[in-house]
Amino acid sequence: MSPLRRKPESAGDRRILFPFLGSVLSERSLDATIRLARAQEAMLIPAYLAVIPKELSIEAPLGVECEGALALLELIEQRATKAGVEVDSRIERGRTARHALADVIENERFDSIVLPARTSSSDGFTPADVAWALETAPGEVLVLRPGREPAR
Amino acid sequence: MVRSGRGHYKIFLGMAAGVGKTYRMLQEGQAEQAAGRDVLLAYLEPHGRAETEAQAEGLDQLPRRTVRYRDTEIEEMDLPAVFQRAPDLALVDELAHTNAPGLEHAKRYEDIEDILDAGIDVFSTVNVQHLESLNDRVAELTGVRVRETFPDTVLTSADEVVLLDLTPENLIERLRAGKIYPADRIEASLNNFFRIENLATLRELALRQTAEEVEAKARPRRPEEPVGTRETVIDAAPQAVAERVLALVRPRTSSQRLVRRAWRSAQRLGADLDLLYVATPGSEPTAEEREQLGALGRLAAVLGARLLVEEGDDVADVAAAVAAERGSTYVLIGQPRVRTGLGRLRESLPERLVRKAPGVDVRIVADRARLEEREA
Repeated sequence: MSPLRRKPESAGDRRILFPFLGSVLSERSLDATIRLARAQEAMLIPAYLAVIPKELSIEAPLGVECEGALALLELIEQRATKAGVEVDSRIERGRTARHALADVIENERFDSIVLPARTSSSDGFTPADVAWALETAPGEVLVLRPGREPAR
Repeated sequence: MVRSGRGHYKIFLGMAAGVGKTYRMLQEGQAEQAAGRDVLLAYLEPHGRAETEAQAEGLDQLPRRTVRYRDTEIEEMDLPAVFQRAPDLALVDELAHTNAPGLEHAKRYEDIEDILDAGIDVFSTVNVQHLESLNDRVAELTGVRVRETFPDTVLTSADEVVLLDLTPENLIERLRAGKIYPADRIEASLNNFFRIENLATLRELALRQTAEEVEAKARPRRPEEPVGTRETVIDAAPQAVAERVLALVRPRTSSQRLVRRAWRSAQRLGADLDLLYVATPGSEPTAEEREQLGALGRLAAVLGARLLVEEGDDVADVAAAVAAERGSTYVLIGQPRVRTGLGRLRESLPERLVRKAPGVDVRIVADRARLEEREA
């Protein structure tokens, strides 16, 4: 059995939260996060953060936006499972990326949080959001600088 | 000032944003003020529309109060200030709005009830898709589920309901002209909610709803008799409900994938999606199960699905009953566990579902972890 295709094991108590934004996910960030989860035998919690425009109710369903989010979550789950990492996906919403991030931090149980930073080629968290997370998020905070190739 | 009797309630109803409800409310407010009445603009949501803002000029506008919720400052109508000011007429935009937690009421239409009870007349606005009894139907027809709903009794108890009608073509023209949303949102709106078929359906619902109101008000009614029942509107609506998907979930991580699959199936079928968790009677969920149920609930809300939690000893019995009650045409389930020993002699869940819910298609969604395990 290839080491990258080992049987998914029951994750220990460790949980790694991987919030992400938009429709373009950094491949490098994703791979790094999966490697980390695998090394720590942790469960990966990819959380798509949906930003709701102000003119819509915060509770409004997000049919169209969910199409892209679900495709990305499938992709993450597929890669993580192949690497033997258990996955528990989430979608969280907020008025801003930070609002959604604050909610996912409040709602989820995790030991580490991995934040992909924004670049010109992929969506991610702004320096201000990263600074806010470093200040307020419990547990470890890892900030990943994405590579040039987006995952999608 | 203390007044006797309840205030007069007038609602401006529209089929969608941009038909001119707020504008018309302000116009009538101006006319009342010109006639010598004390008018207070208690809450206005101008959405950055210049025409609306111009129409509000000259009216006494109440400053909003700022409420802090989870590090976010939210502006809301200042209800105590309305009572303190005690105008003859209060103009309150968007009655279906959900207030920030911690205020006097959860919903703005409840604030309005208090204002009316204080003897102050109220003009307010709302779109038809917020009407509770039409919520499911609107979601079925337009693919957009509105969470900020209000009970039908609000509309039926209003003294006047004014329908702001506009043809879908005219509304789209207004949208394209930038009169409804800023330029960067026009294209997305045209591709999503502001499609001509959506608007035509909403317009019909708004017209029917208003006609029901007129008929109901014209004819004396027994207190227990419903007004403008959902069925009368739905039966006459242009499209029929075709499919409905029910996904059986459990408070486990694998259910997230099942829900995603079910949602995609529902989208392809143009169907509504219900999620059902059958809990064992009398058993308390563990902390982890509560966490998973919370996550499933949030996912359901984002997807516009409904999470139902029922108790029952037999999952197939409960699922069949729920499927019959909700008119489900498809049931999606996760991959059943491999049975061993005497368990192999028992009928499987898919088999029992097929038997107990005749006419309902049953689909099994593969467990990705097991699939990867087999391929490896």
